[in-house]
Amino acid sequence: MVPFDILVAVCLAYVCILFLVAFVAERRAERGKAGWLRSPIVYTLSLSIYCTAWTFYGAVGYAARSGLEFVTIYLGPTLVLIGWWAFLRKLVRIGQAHRVTSIADLISARYGKSNLLGVVVTLIAVVGATPYIALQLQSVTLSFGVFASGTPEGWALPDQSATALWVAGGLTLFTILFGTRNLDANERHHGVVMAIALEAVVKLVALLAVGIFTVWGLSGGWQGVAERIAASPIAELPLVPGRWMGLTFVSAAAFVTLPRMFQVMVVENSDERHLATASWAFPLYLFLMSLFVLPIAAVGLARMPAGANPDLFVLTLPLAEGQGKLAMLAFLGGFSSATSMVIVAAIALATMVSNHVVTPLWLSLRAGGARAPGDVRGLVLMSRRVSIAGILALGYIYYSLSGGSAALASIGLISFVGVAQILPAMIGGIFWRGATGKGAMAGLLTGFSVWLYSLYLPSFGDSGLISPHILADGPWGIGWLRPHALFGIERLDPLLHALFWSVALNAFGFVAVSLASFPGPVERMQGLAYVNVFDDDPGARAWSRGGAETEDLLTMAQGIIGATEAQAFFEAEARRQGVAGYLPDASPDFINRLERRLAGAVGSATAHAMVAQFAEGAAVSAQDLMAVASEAQQILEYSTQLEAKSEELARTARQLSEANDKLRDLSVQKDAFLSQISHELRTPMTSIRAFSEILMDPELPAQMAAHYAGVIQEEAVRLTRLLDDLLDLSVLENRKVQLSIRAENLHDLIDRALRSASNTRAERVFVIHRDQATEHVPVITDTDRLVQVFINLISNARKYCDAERPELTIAVRRRGARLTVDFIDNGSGIPKKSQSLIFEKFSRLTDTQRAGGAGLGLAICREILVNLGGTIHYLPGQGGAAFRVSLPLRPQSAGATAAGDRETA
Amino acid sequence: MKAPGRPLFLARRSYRRRRLVDAMRLLPLLGLFLFWLPLLWAPATTTEPDTAAGGFYLFTAWAVLIVLAFLLTHRLGDQPQPGDDAEGASGPREDEGGG
Amino acid sequence: MARKVLLIEDEPHIAEAIRFILSRDGWTVASHATGHAALDAVRRERPDALVLDVILPGRGGIELLGDLKDDPALAAIPVLVLSANSRERGRAEAAGADRFIAKPFANDEIVAALREVAGP
Repeated sequence: MVPFDILVAVCLAYVCILFLVAFVAERRAERGKAGWLRSPIVYTLSLSIYCTAWTFYGAVGYAARSGLEFVTIYLGPTLVLIGWWAFLRKLVRIGQAHRVTSIADLISARYGKSNLLGVVVTLIAVVGATPYIALQLQSVTLSFGVFASGTPEGWALPDQSATALWVAGGLTLFTILFGTRNLDANERHHGVVMAIALEAVVKLVALLAVGIFTVWGLSGGWQGVAERIAASPIAELPLVPGRWMGLTFVSAAAFVTLPRMFQVMVVENSDERHLATASWAFPLYLFLMSLFVLPIAAVGLARMPAGANPDLFVLTLPLAEGQGKLAMLAFLGGFSSATSMVIVAAIALATMVSNHVVTPLWLSLRAGGARAPGDVRGLVLMSRRVSIAGILALGYIYYSLSGGSAALASIGLISFVGVAQILPAMIGGIFWRGATGKGAMAGLLTGFSVWLYSLYLPSFGDSGLISPHILADGPWGIGWLRPHALFGIERLDPLLHALFWSVALNAFGFVAVSLASFPGPVERMQGLAYVNVFDDDPGARAWSRGGAETEDLLTMAQGIIGATEAQAFFEAEARRQGVAGYLPDASPDFINRLERRLAGAVGSATAHAMVAQFAEGAAVSAQDLMAVASEAQQILEYSTQLEAKSEELARTARQLSEANDKLRDLSVQKDAFLSQISHELRTPMTSIRAFSEILMDPELPAQMAAHYAGVIQEEAVRLTRLLDDLLDLSVLENRKVQLSIRAENLHDLIDRALRSASNTRAERVFVIHRDQATEHVPVITDTDRLVQVFINLISNARKYCDAERPELTIAVRRRGARLTVDFIDNGSGIPKKSQSLIFEKFSRLTDTQRAGGAGLGLAICREILVNLGGTIHYLPGQGGAAFRVSLPLRPQSAGATAAGDRETA
Repeated sequence: MKAPGRPLFLARRSYRRRRLVDAMRLLPLLGLFLFWLPLLWAPATTTEPDTAAGGFYLFTAWAVLIVLAFLLTHRLGDQPQPGDDAEGASGPREDEGGG
Repeated sequence: MARKVLLIEDEPHIAEAIRFILSRDGWTVASHATGHAALDAVRRERPDALVLDVILPGRGGIELLGDLKDDPALAAIPVLVLSANSRERGRAEAAGADRFIAKPFANDEIVAALREVAGP
């Protein structure tokens, strides 16, 4: 016999080893040396939390009561695992792609991140898990009790309830220590997983040891066992087809929907390929766990006294046979089964409760308050710790209330049916794009209600929450509403009855409402992402959740509103926060503004979903965001292109119309030019012709004849000059002029020009202001042409300067390699509106003083200077007509000279 | 859902890989068949004690499935990877959840 | 009593030629170089005919013609329009010119035209 205090000591030592293993694993993982901690074998072993104390102890009891039926609980998971390619692989891929934190998160995220759905799934999970946790507490307490009552010293367990409380307290501590040490971005708990793997080995070894002892120690091999079985009451227990099929189904369903299974299978999964190993290794584990159940049950029934609880044969059989150490091992196996289940279940449920109930509630209660990221982090951790304690407390309360009387197997199955209600929404969510949140909600609520009414509440028995009256006659005497005979289906096993109706109505409600309702945008996006998870690049990973990363926000924003705008926005925000030059902090204020900014581009709902991804870690994956972003960008680009195209079109049209106008102007100009030429030619010709005719009169006095002949000669000269000018202009404009480049002193050039121009209105006395000193500049150019320009300008001044005492100032200035010569008179100058016209052909401004010019002078000047590589401008505001001639001191390169500004023509 | 432009004919290795995946998909159906077969024996109507025999059958079937799963998974692991993901995501499923 | 004709022409040589031609035919010729001066002269001197150049400094010949024909007291004075541009004929006749003569002209042409519009 094992003394009780030694048992307690062994237990404590075992727990200490678990702590150590978990601690070391955690430390290694922190240092990035997860390595073998994340091997497929550890993954497979962690799945063994499916085998709880219910399996460890209860399976034998189940087999003793119902024969082979216990196997169905393991056949379902076996089928799910060997079919991993079709279902689990997709589930795990989705879980990783969307950083799913729990089954509630999976469902809520799939159906448009509806938190209400998350709450409902959490509720179902908690309600379903509570009796299950109570069951583990009960089994540990019972196993302690076995040792206590079996001692020859006869010491009794001081207080069963106290034991359960101690166990619950210890488990709470362990779970909090390793389950909520930090808010891991992946919700992965290396330490816990490692401890669970160790426990998996312990419970397998323990059960195998008891089985081997039973078969070869007590029965003389398989042959003996077969005989024992044939001789036991188990031999005649029939297979009930309905239960057989139903239990296979419900165990398969529960295997994927139990929160703790989802936690180890999907959330803790670090590599999809581990599933390949688990697909055969975990069925093998289950196989081994079940292999000796039937022998132990048969041998136990045969050797143990009648009335012994078959649920405890694994423990009591070795004890009865005097195998204290084996019993100790069996005890540790059962202890492992119970603790690992409770720890993982508590972590999984706490995550759900904290993420979907406590945190949203807390945030909504202090809506508008400041929300520093660290704030929320601490809140989440605290809420998880409180949730873990709360869930274990619920389990303990359930255990205390139920008195620990019910058979282990039935409690387990009730939980199974409860969590199986999540299955339709889950399968629909990952395989059917048409599944909607409303449908999921309808199905879940229907299934959950039917389960509560027909199975859960009646399970409390006569003293429970449903009166015997209702059980017998239905509420208000309505027969077809009896919990165990809904719609008149009687004589069906209550479990099967509840399973059938809850799942059938659930699935019906889910499908019908899904077909009838219309999903929201986020929901549709998520539906697409879930169903087509394999279409995406498996390498692309979602951004880390929780705590908005400004860089990621910038990347996203750039995708939506364009790089330049996004960067400008972020820069402005950084300045606002006083961190100009850096990225702004992801303050709530900033995120709000960003969301509003994005809403302008993609609509408020999408913007909210996108920003929420970063701000709150909700479950739209980065890939989806990028998809939406790139879509938005495509639309943006497309419309920008359209805009550009229409702009281009408008530009072309404008150019065409400008060209058209130019052509028309040119045509008008040409007409005007021709008519001008015509006029200018006809005018002298008119005089010539008239006087010629007059001269033909023989009676004309000789004096007059001489005068008129002079007029004719004068006009003929004018006509010649005009023709010369026209020809000159034409040559200059076509750049066909032959320049004769010479080097001369500018001073001499000006002198020459003044001399030549003095013929023009020679009667007027002009005062010429010159600064002789500055004029001595050598210029290398076509000096004759330059003088022609000067003559023209000086003559113009002489002709048109309307001052009473006309003056002309000639100012020379050198500017680098260029030379400017200004000609400024003291007349009234040229009106502003005409200043742009004076260099045009035939633009004669002052009509009062015509001196025989045809209005080509300035046009010729301009053309000459273009040919010389210079310019001529009118200088406004000089107190009179002012022209500035600007030209290079020496010829520019031939090309530049020729290139000129041809477009002026 | 079908990826456009999927080749009509595949290299022999790809073809084998696809059939391997088919086999893996069908394995749970085989399991379901094997596990539910005892129901047809209607053992309760006979006087023969048959739980032991039934147990023997079930565990044998179970072991066969485990071995098959092991073999298929390992064969698949030896095969090249391309193309299976898209196919894996296509078409409706009847067999999820273990029936 | 010699009849008066008012000549409005800005080209001095042309004006001189016309003055000579018309004087020889018996007209008393007064000439002006701008439109403004001409209008005043017309009001003051009431000539029997007008010889008007189209292109004038300041107010153009066609505008001056419009002013004359708008004034009932002056509208009856016959006007002979001269232009170096034959395309001005339409504009001139529309404005009320009695005759249009393109430059350069034959001396007889202008004498005959004036006799025609002003009567013998």
